[in-house]
Amino acid sequence: MSAVARIWARMRTSRTVVISGAILSAIALVAVIGPWISPNEYVAADFGNILRAPTLSAGHVFGTDDLGRDLFVRTMMGVQVTFAVAIVASVVSLVIGVLYGATAGFVGGRVDAVMMRLVDTLYATPFIFFVILLLVVFERNFLLIFVAIGAINWLDMARIVRGQTLSLREREFVQAAQLIGVSTPRIILRHIAPNLVGVVIVYVTLTIPQAILIESFLSFLGLGIQEPQTSLGKLVNDGTDQMEGASWMLLIPAMLLAAILLCFNFLGDGMRDLLDSRQSR
Amino acid sequence: MLRYTLRRLLGAIPTLFLVIVLAFLLVHAAPGGPFDDERTLPAEIEANIAAAYHLDEPLPMQFLRYLTGVMQGDFGPSYSYRDYTVSELIGRSFPVSVQLGILAMLLAAVSGVSLGVVAALNRHSALDKIVMGFAMTGISIPVFVIAPVLVLFLAVKLQWLPASWTGSEGALRLLLPVLSLALPQIAYIARLTRASLIEVLSSDFIRTARGQGLGTAAIVRYHALKPAMLPVLSYLGPAVAAVLTGSVVVEEIFGIPGLGQLFVRGSLNRDYTLVLGVVIFYAMLIVLLNLIVDLLYGAIDPRIRRR
Repeated sequence: MSAVARIWARMRTSRTVVISGAILSAIALVAVIGPWISPNEYVAADFGNILRAPTLSAGHVFGTDDLGRDLFVRTMMGVQVTFAVAIVASVVSLVIGVLYGATAGFVGGRVDAVMMRLVDTLYATPFIFFVILLLVVFERNFLLIFVAIGAINWLDMARIVRGQTLSLREREFVQAAQLIGVSTPRIILRHIAPNLVGVVIVYVTLTIPQAILIESFLSFLGLGIQEPQTSLGKLVNDGTDQMEGASWMLLIPAMLLAAILLCFNFLGDGMRDLLDSRQSR
Repeated sequence: MLRYTLRRLLGAIPTLFLVIVLAFLLVHAAPGGPFDDERTLPAEIEANIAAAYHLDEPLPMQFLRYLTGVMQGDFGPSYSYRDYTVSELIGRSFPVSVQLGILAMLLAAVSGVSLGVVAALNRHSALDKIVMGFAMTGISIPVFVIAPVLVLFLAVKLQWLPASWTGSEGALRLLLPVLSLALPQIAYIARLTRASLIEVLSSDFIRTARGQGLGTAAIVRYHALKPAMLPVLSYLGPAVAAVLTGSVVVEEIFGIPGLGQLFVRGSLNRDYTLVLGVVIFYAMLIVLLNLIVDLLYGAIDPRIRRR
């Protein structure tokens, strides 16, 4: 069985992981299919139904906003942005973190010390403020936001991967492989990498909610996704402005964002527990 | 302890320097200048403006000038708030944020530790499950979702508390902002306390204390709590950073004229000097508070000092 298949089989034994995974898949599915089958457009204003509460009869199941735009389509678009951030930012942090951590762990010695000292220094810097500075200085676009978020989330990954690589390097099976003359790249590929997959998957899952949080934080402040595009953070902000007359504008995106973050956190926690129980045995 | 203090102090300097260099370069890499306007000015006037703000100097010179200023507490003039220096703006708004932040941290520390201890002592009970469920929710849900929802129910629907800063007086107007800021930190601290206390309670010296006939309350109070607080203490650094970030949205939501609001307004107005100054100020604050936490840690746990 391959490493991935083994992890997949393990994941299915945890109720937390299965349930939160299922909810997330359901949300993602609706977010992709929903706007596609809905008769409404995300920019189109329905002037007869401005600030309409959620209703089935007018065709606006999540109601409309102060411009008469259908909130179901807009909310689903926000969910799409959220998942896009999750994917792009986690890929960026995965690539940087794994490369950096594995290099530091393998090379060891002084190089390792310097590389980890840099990580420590970066840990103490208020990154979120830097991202804001970046957004102030340059034009705001999707990609910049996503990459910037990924680029600030790799520190944990680098630390974890380094630690894991360091301990793997000393293990008997690696030494045995070295003894019988297996080449270093082959050792990395056949013996180290498969043992990293588990940790990496768990920590990617744990960084996803952080990435989502940062994007919605920026969009909430008006520094992230710009009109007419939207994201859950921006929708919560719009809802905050309209909460006195139209509480659905706040509550629906707020609950969705909360549910997504909660599920990702449960998923990550559940997977870490699985990994821990495997390692402690 | 003195050597440890000195080492920590020296360690903080490169971090701060890195922050200032990065932030400065980032702002200076911005396309266009701060005085680029719709109408074009005569070349002489442009040259005069550039000279007045030292924009005609080479970048390293400008940086040295800025760095000397920053070390003397001078962040230069603000671009969007005419007649104000960045330092004046920070000085005016910072006290409000400090009040908010200290109250939130106190609330988070006291209630987080209490909840964590209760959960740890009643492990696997219904109470434990409730506290941990609350903690997971508190960790997952961001401040900018908690705060508006609290406002909607407690201020708009029930009308128990004022919804905004202006138009109300006294301690009541502090309650919702402080609560929104503290909730995620209460959750984190409760989880940390629980995990660490459970671990400490299963160690040998606690078994010895139990063997001597000490009750649970005495064991927790005199033996377990202090070592169990170490992870919580080291979390205080990140917690302070999180409260600072949180205060940015909380101040925006409640209309509190603090540093966070200044920062957001500055960002939306593209006030480069203001944003640069506030970022550096935030960085100094975080580095300084981390330093204090480190020193506290070293004072409590002598093992750390030798590393």
